[in-house]
Amino acid sequence: MKYSKDFSLSFGTAFIFLIMLLPTTLFAQATEDQKEIFTHAGVVGALVIAMLLLLLFVFIITAKVNKLISNAQNEKKARERRSLQEELLSLEGKDLDELLQKRRAALLYKLKGTELSGTAIPADEKGIIKSATTEMEVPFLSEKKYVKAPLKVDPGLRNLIMAFLGMAAFWLIFGTSVGEYLGIKFVSPDIDHLAWLSFGRLRPVHTNTVFYGWASLAMIGLAYFVVPRTSNTKIYSLKMGWWSLGFFNAAVLIGDLFLMGGINNGGGEYREYIWPVMALFAIGLLLSTINFYKTIATRKASEIYISNWYILAGCVWTLTLVTISYLPWYQNGLGETVIQGYYMHNAVGMWFMTFTLGLMYYYLPAALNKPIYSYSLGVLAFWTQMLFYTMIGSHHFIFSPLPWWLQTIAIVFSVGMFIPVIAGTTNFLMTMKGSWKAISDSYVLPFLLTGVVYYFLGSSQGSFEAFRFTNYAWHLTDYTVAHSHMTMYGIVSFMLWGCIYYLLPRITNREPNQAYVGMHFWFAFIGLLLYEFSLMIGGTEKGLMWMEGVPFIQTVVKMAPYWLWRAIGGSLMLFSHFVFAYNIYFMFRKEKREETSSTDTISELSLA
Amino acid sequence: MFFNFHKNHKELLLTIFVMYAMLSIFIAVVPAIDVQENNGPLPNEKDMTEQERHGLAIFIENGCVACHTQQVRDIAMDKMWGGRPSIPADYFYSKERMNVWQQSPSLLGSERTGPDLTNVGERLNSPQWQYLHLYNPRALVPQSIMPAFPFLFKIKAKADSVRDVILAVPDNFRRGIKGDIVATQDAKDLVAYLLSLKQASIPTPDQFLPNPTSLMKKEQPSVTSASASPGSSSDSSAAMASAGGAPKSNGQALFTSTCSLCHQASGEGIKGAFPALKGSTIVNDADPTLHIKIILEGYDAIPGYGVMPPFKDKFDDDQVAAIINYERTSWGNNAKTITVDDVKKIRATIK
Repeated sequence: MKYSKDFSLSFGTAFIFLIMLLPTTLFAQATEDQKEIFTHAGVVGALVIAMLLLLLFVFIITAKVNKLISNAQNEKKARERRSLQEELLSLEGKDLDELLQKRRAALLYKLKGTELSGTAIPADEKGIIKSATTEMEVPFLSEKKYVKAPLKVDPGLRNLIMAFLGMAAFWLIFGTSVGEYLGIKFVSPDIDHLAWLSFGRLRPVHTNTVFYGWASLAMIGLAYFVVPRTSNTKIYSLKMGWWSLGFFNAAVLIGDLFLMGGINNGGGEYREYIWPVMALFAIGLLLSTINFYKTIATRKASEIYISNWYILAGCVWTLTLVTISYLPWYQNGLGETVIQGYYMHNAVGMWFMTFTLGLMYYYLPAALNKPIYSYSLGVLAFWTQMLFYTMIGSHHFIFSPLPWWLQTIAIVFSVGMFIPVIAGTTNFLMTMKGSWKAISDSYVLPFLLTGVVYYFLGSSQGSFEAFRFTNYAWHLTDYTVAHSHMTMYGIVSFMLWGCIYYLLPRITNREPNQAYVGMHFWFAFIGLLLYEFSLMIGGTEKGLMWMEGVPFIQTVVKMAPYWLWRAIGGSLMLFSHFVFAYNIYFMFRKEKREETSSTDTISELSLA
Repeated sequence: MFFNFHKNHKELLLTIFVMYAMLSIFIAVVPAIDVQENNGPLPNEKDMTEQERHGLAIFIENGCVACHTQQVRDIAMDKMWGGRPSIPADYFYSKERMNVWQQSPSLLGSERTGPDLTNVGERLNSPQWQYLHLYNPRALVPQSIMPAFPFLFKIKAKADSVRDVILAVPDNFRRGIKGDIVATQDAKDLVAYLLSLKQASIPTPDQFLPNPTSLMKKEQPSVTSASASPGSSSDSSAAMASAGGAPKSNGQALFTSTCSLCHQASGEGIKGAFPALKGSTIVNDADPTLHIKIILEGYDAIPGYGVMPPFKDKFDDDQVAAIINYERTSWGNNAKTITVDDVKKIRATIK
């Protein structure tokens, strides 16, 4: 014990030392004046967030190392036993003889094999034993719990959900392959010279595909299970669901082709699809919204479960948002910029965040097999999410020619975002409290926990970034890119993966290989850490250099190594998506039903 | 209770819709209408020509806004991108709805992976430079990571030297192309658009919010501050500068951010486009008059090379002297350095 304590202690001191060292080493070239910026609330806050993330990572690694050490300790105990033996042997006299005789008899004793069962022949008359083995495996990876009972779900609905999730996985692979290629272009800009693959055209293909292809389809697919399940009724219309899926896919496919062909809406982020394409998306969303609403309306429970609040709101808000943002009458001059700020933030906040949080309120308690900690806190988070998130779009245009009051409102409400974020995080963490063992026993919950941690860290980072002061250093730099990956990837994607790994094995009755799920998790997680830290550090350095007024090209040169590390992190993330796609494929495959069929026959036999 | 969201789905749906719509109208629609209506062009702001509008369409088509902002923020660190902070009037002509399918272009941008373009027509006003830079940015700026746009150019066996814009692409960027590389109409329009990007002046004094207080001492960009400039005797510069002696500015930094874009950091220029300064007779001439004049007034005397724009409004005497001294003492050049007074004298003659 002492051994391991010493070790973790020294690990801890080393870590604290590292924290103290980090700001000074990172910004070693900063002058005396610049050091003062590290006393500013926004900067300190964001640094703390970064440190917390690092702390979490170090914590996990420490835990793993501790485990290794305790293994080593067991060996030490064995040595101690041997020395005791030697001491005994050195004793003399009658006592010792007696002791040894007894011990000898004990050691020579052999079981006859009938002590417990008696002499009757064993038989499994109740058909309880399903498999028997005498071989023990020493696992390299810790074994997680297996799904015990599949969930009963209407086969039609199951197929619809599988189609949504399958397409989502496809768009994830496509969208992130494009993203990886873009990352490579930062390092090697002359990799190709084709118009359709040029950076400016591919960038929106990446963002729109992961937004409207991967995350949106995964969210809606998962909701097609939650809504009927929590309403205790059947889905209103399967047909509408299939049409909805078709419209979504058509929008992403046609939209991406248009973008690569150079047809876009004007270059506003996440609003690059031209209106006829976005109309397809909106029709798909409208169909699913009606479907969800009608299902909720015919629910057999008196209360509307909190998940459905979020899901319904996510749909209604997004339909409103898309309509307002694509109407033409107030978008000339800077009108477009006002709407752009509103759109790009609300698309993230009112669609992805709201909807995913709704899913969390179902899948997290379900995976833990216990109710959500506080229903009221969920309601509070809901209304504050609507009130605060709607207002903060213009924080993407601080110091721009947009009206000053609009920028100020955005900053003030960005700080207000702490309320829903803390409410949500508390709710999820308190639900997990007391079930930490369940997390290490599950391959679902690590994804959800990571999502919750990122929900707190990523959202707080966003609030800090909105301050006027932090805008000097970070706005327009790669720091923003790190932030958007922390949120859309760290929060939304991790939560969605957790939900998918919970739901799919239970409805397809086929579990993925746990080693592959673990591989997916670790590659995605470590890849994301590399990605965000390289861009956060590089982005900060870039911003400080801009403030100093050095020639612009020098900042490009400075960023080169960080862009390389970003590409490496991105490669790990992309690899994990291929593993994820394989896991999906594995769960989708028509079951051979070897094991189950044999049990089926046995149960049939026993019935007969 | 008046509302029961927990049990009444109609109330819930209606409430979330109405409240969100109201918030949206307040925070987005009303301000958008307001800034759209209360806007007009500046007195000397020109409407875009048809060619420039088409160039803007090419700009949008290729997603240039993903990396290039067009907003000079109201903070001192953005001074390098324009003479004054951007104002809504600057976007009066450029941010109009493009056509029935495409809305008003998102020109302000949200990332500055490449330089801001608000004033690029002023800063880099050589068409030859723009064409070659679009064909392959690394032919001019080796460290650049901007995509190349060879698909905006075409190859002709024998180009018409009058009507065609022929590019002087260095051999290592030709990728084995034998014929003449000429600009397509799209490239011409795009360059026309880029060159049209100039900040219209406004009568009131241009002011920026200062950088954060802790950085105030840095407010004057280090480009113009008295850090060691190679070749000039910077040690005693402060005392001498007031007496019109050695320049205070950092010649190397100024050269890097402006002159090196054409003449290259190596001073070797680009064959057929931008002449070399290394070993140049003008740069190495003991009499600096022509050297100073070229920088102040521009130059178009070497056949086969691009036109050099005048820099008399962009640089003050101190900066011009610093640049000249850097050029005269770099890349093996070894000519006599000059003083701020030398520039002052020449400037007086040309005014």
